[in-house]
Amino acid sequence: MKPILEVTNLTKDFGGLRALDDISLTVGQGEIVALIGPNGAGKTTFFNCITGIYPPTKGDVAIIPPGGKKIFIKGLKPNHVTQQGMARTFQNIRLFQNMTVLENVMIGRHCRMSAGIPGAIFRNPATVREEKKVVEDSYGVLEKIGLEQFVNEYAKNLPYGAQRRLEIARAMATEPSILLLDEPAAGMNARETKELDDLIVRIRNQEKISILLIEHDMKLVMSLSDRIYVVDYGKKIAEGPPMEIKANPAVIKAYLGEELDA
Amino acid sequence: MDYFIELFLGGLTRGSIYALIALGYTMVYGIIQLINFAHGEIYMLGAFTALIVAGILTMLGWNQVAILVIASIVAVVYSAAYGFTIEKIAYKPLRQAPRLSALISAIGMSMFLQYYVLLAQTSNFLPFPNLIPDFKFLEPIEHIVRSSEIVIYATTAIVMVLLTGLIKFTKIGKAMRATAQDRDMAMLVGVDVNKVISMTFIVGSATAALGGVLIASHTGQINYYIGFIAGIKAFVAAVLGGIGSMPGAVLGSLVLGMSESFFTGYISSDYEDVFAFLFLVFTLIFRPSGILGRTDTDKV
Amino acid sequence: MFRFSEIKKSFLVALWLMFLTFPIMVIRVNTIYKTIEWRWERMFMVGIGAFFLSFLWRYLHKKKEAGEKKAEEAGTLPLAQRLIKNRQFSIPAAIGLGIFIIAFPFIFSMYQTNIMTTALIYVVVGLGLNIVVGLAGLLDLGYVAFYAVGAYSYALLNHHFGLGFWAALPIGATFAFLFGVILGFPVLRLRGDYLAIVTLGFGEIIRLILENWNAFSFGPSGIANIPRPGFFGMDLSLSQSITYVYFLMIGMAIFTIFVVKRLQDSRLGRAWIALREDEVACQAMGIDKTRTKLSAFALGATWAGIGGVVFAAKTTFINPASFTIWESIIILCIVVLGGMGSVLGVIFGALVLILLPEYLRAFSEYRMLIFGATLVTMMVFRPGGIITDVRKTYKFKGLKDKQPTV
Repeated sequence: MKPILEVTNLTKDFGGLRALDDISLTVGQGEIVALIGPNGAGKTTFFNCITGIYPPTKGDVAIIPPGGKKIFIKGLKPNHVTQQGMARTFQNIRLFQNMTVLENVMIGRHCRMSAGIPGAIFRNPATVREEKKVVEDSYGVLEKIGLEQFVNEYAKNLPYGAQRRLEIARAMATEPSILLLDEPAAGMNARETKELDDLIVRIRNQEKISILLIEHDMKLVMSLSDRIYVVDYGKKIAEGPPMEIKANPAVIKAYLGEELDA
Repeated sequence: MDYFIELFLGGLTRGSIYALIALGYTMVYGIIQLINFAHGEIYMLGAFTALIVAGILTMLGWNQVAILVIASIVAVVYSAAYGFTIEKIAYKPLRQAPRLSALISAIGMSMFLQYYVLLAQTSNFLPFPNLIPDFKFLEPIEHIVRSSEIVIYATTAIVMVLLTGLIKFTKIGKAMRATAQDRDMAMLVGVDVNKVISMTFIVGSATAALGGVLIASHTGQINYYIGFIAGIKAFVAAVLGGIGSMPGAVLGSLVLGMSESFFTGYISSDYEDVFAFLFLVFTLIFRPSGILGRTDTDKV
Repeated sequence: MFRFSEIKKSFLVALWLMFLTFPIMVIRVNTIYKTIEWRWERMFMVGIGAFFLSFLWRYLHKKKEAGEKKAEEAGTLPLAQRLIKNRQFSIPAAIGLGIFIIAFPFIFSMYQTNIMTTALIYVVVGLGLNIVVGLAGLLDLGYVAFYAVGAYSYALLNHHFGLGFWAALPIGATFAFLFGVILGFPVLRLRGDYLAIVTLGFGEIIRLILENWNAFSFGPSGIANIPRPGFFGMDLSLSQSITYVYFLMIGMAIFTIFVVKRLQDSRLGRAWIALREDEVACQAMGIDKTRTKLSAFALGATWAGIGGVVFAAKTTFINPASFTIWESIIILCIVVLGGMGSVLGVIFGALVLILLPEYLRAFSEYRMLIFGATLVTMMVFRPGGIITDVRKTYKFKGLKDKQPTV
């Protein structure tokens, strides 16, 4: 399988503290890969490092878009990373609260649009066309995620589960080839989690978007993922398909006291 | 050489006064991450209160030292009360609000207090009596350093030591440090956060009031506007030293005071405030974490 | 409502404030003539005022808490927006307003027209600042510096090269824009509250330079005899000229409203608001933070520059005293009172804050005091302003629209 994301020997120090230690990870085209580990293992830091929010201390990050050339994205700003086709969601929901649901998704389209100040003021035909298309495209994304009934609602007024899904919709609007989901099921009930499971599979199968996710819900992780990486104290301690991971003694030790059965 | 020493000591005086204001700034910022714009006004209110008390007592014919002590005490009490009240009115309701809301509220408060004093008292400069007695032993070097300056240095040093002690060794100091680190967590472990924040405002305001009394007595005049520029400069000093850090506030104040003094002495006195503001701009752009501060990354 | 405990609370608040304001309000000492003035009546005024205000304060608090819950349940539009949406009301109202605006200088005196022109200048610069503070969420306390750049551009270009108003207008706007870019570039990386202080610093630096650099700016004495705007080379009498400037400002205000409205619902406008809401998420969604901020900052500056040129032309005299930090804060106050991000709100805010003190003379002495109090109370009770911004909604096929659409 061709890789789409290649992270090699990623290391991140905060002052004297090594938060990530020499982590390598690949996501193949069309794969769903999970990154798991106990609280504070460095999973979100890993996301922040590869998406450009924190600069990594050492190591390399590269995206290979389908049918394209390898692009090294280490040290790029977050917006450039997104432009190169890697989008993300946040663990603690970070929607634009005082904008409507549709506008949240339209923000995701921003980097695929081109209108500038003159376009905004004069509304030339090209800008009008672009705006119209953006509205339609964004609505399309909402339909795919199943949020169209909230289209003109303010993001802050959405129920919790819908807010999580809106984060995914917003990220999808940037036309990523790989999507990073940071605990998408956090705080969801069993039914919502099941729906999320279906949604993620659908994104992969229909939209051909590869997925890397951080998740604590082991049932979801085991049923969704093709492969799993386990980190603890900033180090990678295991990788492999779900069945292998479940039987791995190092993983069990790291999770001692936490349930790991599906 | 005499000129150099004069500028040096002048810088030390400025720096000490900035320090007395900057300490309050840095304490408040450390605890609620708010630039308390009205802090300079507290300093001004301290000076005005002292002027009123001193004015009355002088007319009653009291002696200089007694006037100094009583005027200082009243000024400290009143400024502390103002600090306490301002927090309750303008900042407490905004604790959960975005930081900019609280900042705008602080700007409004600053403006309100300035015009409150302007309307209730006067917009003119008022002469301020010299409350600090001339020390006999200073006579030979009087042209270089005045006794009021010696008092200013000493007060700043004592206040700094006392505040450091308060933060390091007392129970309320411990609670302040806990609240500064993580307000929610402090609340969970039983720290009365409201009380801690009130205490911070009271202590910070009291310190600023001392600065107000001393500088007014040193320069001999005050008006409603003295707090604004002094407040902004003290803020620069606090940032320069590393906001949230008390030794940093004092260090930053001394550095700023000295640089200003040498700049006006050797280069240009017309552009004194331009220099201070440039200092501010460059500090914030190139070293926002200050000399003694640490860089903190936003948690994502 | 007026239970005993409430009365007791208000009574204690009143006592506390009487104590607090006692030295400043009651006593006035004159150390030269050795006199003391005791103004006891003020103490009672404070007490009575505080007693009643504390009821109002608590009432507003309760209302705000209840309001927050209510707003979450029903997504109703505020009154102002509903009125605009209602065609039966809005069309006659617009016609009436149009007639009033055109007739204004012919009905009212020159003095009144002049005041209205001033208010309109504030509408224009307020809308400019609204881009920076209201939409992009960048607290700019040095906004008046760009106003000064515009005003001095016209004054100096006219003094040295005899340039007229119409030639100076685009030049002043361009200068302000460039200043916005040059100043904005280094400072926009800073966090919100530091940004506020640095812009304040820049604003003061520019004013102090204007005050001290006599050879360049003629120092504190300022520049006089700046010509009023010309009208196709005709000589206008004073009253004609004032009417002309009034209509000029009306045109400019309409132009500004048009531009800001369009920007607000554009790709760029959305990016500004997203930036205000959450910087990290905004960047992660592919938006270039620096460029977006810079565009807001520089566009805001441009409008201040335009306002500055008109200000210089209107008053025919400028000096650095017109461009103090308080001027920035008054404009901020307009935006905050009206409603950050809301065009209608800013217009309302400018008219109220500029016209009210002019017409209520007794009031004007307390102008700045009231501005300060306004900032605090608005932030505490209604941070969205009087006319809160409402986002545009869209209509889609197959969707039962529950809300009015555009």
